[in-house]
Amino acid sequence: MSSNEWPLWEVFIRSQHGLAHKHVGSLHAPDAEMAINHARDVYTRRNEGLSIWVVRAADIVASSPADKDALFEPANSKVYRHPTFFPMPDAVKHM
Amino acid sequence: MDKALFESLLRWGDSPLVLSQQLAAWCGHGPALEEDLALTNVALDLLGQARLWLTLAGEVEGAGRDEDRLAYLRDAPQFRNVLLVERPNGHYGDTIARQFLFDAWHYFLLERLAGSADPRVAAIAAKSLKEAAYHVRRSSDMLIRLGDGTAHSHALMQASLEALWPYTGELFVDDEVDRELDARGVGCRPESLREPWLAHVRAVCAQATLALPDEQAAFRPAHRGGRQGRHTERLGYLLAEMQHLQRAYPGASW
Repeated sequence: MSSNEWPLWEVFIRSQHGLAHKHVGSLHAPDAEMAINHARDVYTRRNEGLSIWVVRAADIVASSPADKDALFEPANSKVYRHPTFFPMPDAVKHM
Repeated sequence: MDKALFESLLRWGDSPLVLSQQLAAWCGHGPALEEDLALTNVALDLLGQARLWLTLAGEVEGAGRDEDRLAYLRDAPQFRNVLLVERPNGHYGDTIARQFLFDAWHYFLLERLAGSADPRVAAIAAKSLKEAAYHVRRSSDMLIRLGDGTAHSHALMQASLEALWPYTGELFVDDEVDRELDARGVGCRPESLREPWLAHVRAVCAQATLALPDEQAAFRPAHRGGRQGRHTERLGYLLAEMQHLQRAYPGASW
């Protein structure tokens, strides 16, 4: 059966008020059209979404966990990259 | 009591109710998790629609029966569903073929009822129509995939279609009740749904590389009567299971 199994798709949903599509999970489907239908049936049962993206999991290029230190460690010591050193005027809300 | 409207509300409600019960039997048994969920979503949609129709039927009857009493305390001869929805689930292809033939009919029926002169009927139909639009899209897509799939799946789908075909004629036979409601602008004549239904079924079957069975084979009198309360033996067994809890524990609720 394993060689006949439907390929894996990752599902992204844009919610009612959200601006960006968010990864919600994955599913199996033989092609894109059915992946959309399945995503609708599996992940939008409780009125979660307005828009669905599906992408073959095999087409996602991911960073390697082994590269974690080289990629992300250097940012740790550079607190000045966070915009927390600027005094904000009181009038500016929600920043 | 508005007898014709009451009868018609049972007809519009009982078919989705019985089909919902049938589809629910697939829960946990679907060929893939995604299909399992999709099918049970459809079952829940149909149950919700049946509930709206039967609630209104109870109000129109005015005898104090609510949707639960109508669904769970009537016997087979009082049911008004079409015989097509009593056909067994069979294998997944059988279920998909039955769903396809039903969904296309249901969609066009609801589309007509959404224009009903009775605002209550129009409101239920308009709400249900959105769900039916997805159902027909899904079952048509599945029919094409299985029909135009492997040689094996093609043969199975062709056989399913032919086995169910005789039960489709009933969907388009008018009787007195239909004619009365049509004249009042509240309902519609089933016969008027045949042309759009056939056009859709023909187009999808062509894409699915399935041969449409002989049109006349759908109109044998032996395969109709559900809408008048004459059912196949299977409905009794279906209802026995569906109604068991309410009959064993009268008035039980959540």
